[in-house]
Amino acid sequence: MNHLIRIAGLAATVCIAAGGAQAQEKLKVGLLLTLSGPSAVLGQQARDGFQLAMKDMGGKLGGREVEVIVVDDELKPDVAVTKVKGLLERDKVDFVVGPIFSNVAAAIHKPIVEAQTFYISPNAGPSTFAGKGCNPYFFATSYQNDQNHEVLGKVAQDRGYKRVYLLAPNYQAGKDSLAGFKRHYKGEVVEESYTPLNTLDFQSELAKIASMNPDAIFTFMPGGMGVNLVKQYKGAGLMEKIPFLSAFTVDESTLPAQQDAAIGAFGGSNWAPNLDTPENKKFVAAYEAAYNSVPGSYSMHAYDTALLIDSALKATGGKTDNKDAVRAALKKAEFKSLRGDFKFGANGFPVQDFYLVKAAKRADGKFQTEIVQKVFDDYADAYGKECAATN
Amino acid sequence: MTPTLLLVQVLNGLQFGLILFLIAAGLTLVFGVMDFINLAHGVQYMVGAYLAAAFAAWTGSFWLALGLALPTALVVGLLLEILVFRHLYDRDHLDQVLATFGVILFLNQGVKFLWGAAPLNVPMPDLLSGSIPLPGGLLYPTYRIAIIAAGLGVAGLLYVLVHHTRIGMLVRAGASNAPMVSALGVDIRRLFMGVFGFGAMLAGFAGAMVAPILSVEPGMGDNILILAFVVIVIGGIGSIRGAFLAALLIGLVDTVGRTLAPTLLRLFLDPSVASQTGRAVAPMLIYILMAAVLFFRPSGLFPVRR
Amino acid sequence: MSGGADFAAAAAAGRPVPSRLGRLGVPALLFTLLALAPLLAMAGAEGYLLSLLSRVMIFAIAAIALDLILGYGGLVSFGHAAFLGIGAYAVGILSSHGIEDAFVQLAVALGASGLFALATGAISLRTKGVYFIMITLAFGQMLFFLATSLASYGGDDGLTLASKSLIFGRKLIEGDRAFYYAVFACLLVTYILGRSIVASRFGRVLRGSRDNPVRMEAIGFHPFRYQLAAYGISGMLTGLAGFLLANQAEFVSPAYMTWQRSGELIFMVILGGLGSLHGALLGAAAFLLLEEYLAGVTEHWKMIFGPLLIVVVLFARGGIMGILGGRGRRD
Repeated sequence: MNHLIRIAGLAATVCIAAGGAQAQEKLKVGLLLTLSGPSAVLGQQARDGFQLAMKDMGGKLGGREVEVIVVDDELKPDVAVTKVKGLLERDKVDFVVGPIFSNVAAAIHKPIVEAQTFYISPNAGPSTFAGKGCNPYFFATSYQNDQNHEVLGKVAQDRGYKRVYLLAPNYQAGKDSLAGFKRHYKGEVVEESYTPLNTLDFQSELAKIASMNPDAIFTFMPGGMGVNLVKQYKGAGLMEKIPFLSAFTVDESTLPAQQDAAIGAFGGSNWAPNLDTPENKKFVAAYEAAYNSVPGSYSMHAYDTALLIDSALKATGGKTDNKDAVRAALKKAEFKSLRGDFKFGANGFPVQDFYLVKAAKRADGKFQTEIVQKVFDDYADAYGKECAATN
Repeated sequence: MTPTLLLVQVLNGLQFGLILFLIAAGLTLVFGVMDFINLAHGVQYMVGAYLAAAFAAWTGSFWLALGLALPTALVVGLLLEILVFRHLYDRDHLDQVLATFGVILFLNQGVKFLWGAAPLNVPMPDLLSGSIPLPGGLLYPTYRIAIIAAGLGVAGLLYVLVHHTRIGMLVRAGASNAPMVSALGVDIRRLFMGVFGFGAMLAGFAGAMVAPILSVEPGMGDNILILAFVVIVIGGIGSIRGAFLAALLIGLVDTVGRTLAPTLLRLFLDPSVASQTGRAVAPMLIYILMAAVLFFRPSGLFPVRR
Repeated sequence: MSGGADFAAAAAAGRPVPSRLGRLGVPALLFTLLALAPLLAMAGAEGYLLSLLSRVMIFAIAAIALDLILGYGGLVSFGHAAFLGIGAYAVGILSSHGIEDAFVQLAVALGASGLFALATGAISLRTKGVYFIMITLAFGQMLFFLATSLASYGGDDGLTLASKSLIFGRKLIEGDRAFYYAVFACLLVTYILGRSIVASRFGRVLRGSRDNPVRMEAIGFHPFRYQLAAYGISGMLTGLAGFLLANQAEFVSPAYMTWQRSGELIFMVILGGLGSLHGALLGAAAFLLLEEYLAGVTEHWKMIFGPLLIVVVLFARGGIMGILGGRGRRD
């Protein structure tokens, strides 16, 4: 008898659950980010930015309750492929938000677009997706990877630096970065130096830099490499002597470790925590209150991604089944971005302003990047022309 | 390449080699004396760096932080010994490898759990934050000279300890024949524990010393562990002298080779091909060196006789 | 299959004789489960489950290949991920030049990994014990750095495949289920091949060389030749796993051949239990499925996974096979 009751109860529960699901099905968003290993801090920033947006919007996007599923890609492309299939087929997510790194982006691209699911990158913006390989299901709320480097190239050119020393890790992103720098810089490159990936000690580079005495150096050293380079550059007494232009080397993810050593270092970005808009001020204050650290562009992009999805779903009345309608609504980007001006180019990458930023210590003793000057206005990437997508 | 630049490279190589030696010394002793493969030795280096960062933030002084980090690293090492490693001494190598890998996973995640994923900062002590001029007009950071000096000091101390004290004699005896030492009435368990704690402290010391110049982050011990293994294998397992020479060799080859390889290749090859090949070859150099050493001397340069 | 000799050898060495269940039951059960899994997966999230299980089987192939030399030959290779990489890059490089035929790619993958195994094995096998571990690591690292410097094939970022390999010019393994069964067939072939190698005279010489090389030499065998041949076979089988891995992810990257990957393969074999082949399969499954499951539970899953490994070592001698009673080999 007991047995029967239990089965009946179970059946009833299932029915209720199914009925409930029909009445108010949650929107599912999968966050695929790097949350382990030395680069985990970037993924955490993006995750926290997205979660903060969810909190600010009362857990709803476009009027629908949202379930956010966070997975860690471990920065392993093959792991990411399996995880993303889990998001698509087990969790049946409506949007994938991620990843942080370009190699993961390349690996997960195919399964996502083949499943005709929208895929919004809060950081990685490889040139392949911006040009010939652009896809109607892919959007980036960040930038095309080259653009931040182009900012510094333009600055070096405008400031009349004649001799510049270039330094990057020896991998694809490093080579792309120097190519991006040289797009606007026409002066002499005294040395194009590639260090092995994960180099921790830059003494020999610093010795070379000191002996060549260039007008400026430009470098791209993400993560721990950047922390080490900046500390050692400062330690060698070069920070005051030779301007330090960089991209993804001095930002809110590395400043807590670089601290005073980074003061005086320049970066290129589409935003900084001190950008003076009411939305941004509110965002930065709320983020610091919630997570006790200064948000970087990773969090800002993720926050904007949530705003973007929200705006698109409002336009479609919360529906996601008509992909063309969702895409058209996404393209319009009718939300107030934290960074101010924002619209999408034909390839799904933003057209936005770029700034020269510098590392600074705030009155409360925390460190952040601050805007020095606007370098590009409504700037689109160089690859959009090659995008043949007819959407 | 100018002579000054070469001098800077050599100093860098020395400094890197000495840090490697601090880590490899404990590893080779533990391996040699206890026949125990401790993959978790690299995370003890990381723990040292994190402890230094935590204590520096708390006390505001590098020196106090260093002073507090050392005994704490020792305690962490002893705790690990009592909780985990002690139960693995009579197991085969592969069991040790799997269990110590578990320790790596736990501690790498543990520091992230406690201190967050973002890299931490240890301010450089004011006393050592300047630079020393080298002949040729280049500056060399004082702190790195200090690391070299500390490394050499510890190496000297170890030499005296291992070759001129009773404990050292037991350790050396243990490295060549542990059962015999035990049979002679020495409490081998206490000896093992001491060696283990000491090795952990040395690795922690290395971590604390590099904290002001490198970023303190989870997983920072993983790659250095592999290099430390390269060092002890080239040097011959159980040999402190071998570890010392191999560490300097690896430090110099890795540092100097990275700049020299492309330059040398340019003599034979067309410049762009040379720089391409140079970049590919440079990180391989130490592994090529190790393979070559083992090819000619399958038990390393200074095999301990058993 | 000369079960009697196997039995006698195990008994002579003073090892517990595997129960009949361990010898036949476990593998039969495992393969039946794997064969039927797609039916269960049809209930929901089919593509995800099949992709996850395909991944498990691919790593199982590599783990079985490693167990062949690790469990039966006592040779701890810490550079086996290099063979995964060779297999994967054979697919990546050939398909980027428009050669997408599976058989051509497979032949190149096997040939290249076999050659690399013979060349590096001939040098590595001069050393013993931990020196062997480290010299295999050295060769693995060299290949890893070589892959990161292949700028025309994506360098450090890796390269995306246009599609899975073609069989007779057709996309026969494009679907999740078709690919699953292709991997399943490869695993089965690998396992049967492994079993017959282990049971053959060759396998007995290999084990003999592990236990007492001097005696083997004295009775007229050259351990080196047998070990080298075993290393070559193991490398080729791991190359097969690499070929499949590239097809599964439709992506090839140097990340496949890091030393951490080599380590994971060793951990899978130890976790499952050495020297039983299906132990390696179990180990790969346990390792990857636990990782997948725990990562879904908490962000700090490694703080659970790490101690779990320690507990397995401390309290379950002989890994999972030890728990099941069909104890693997212990030194």
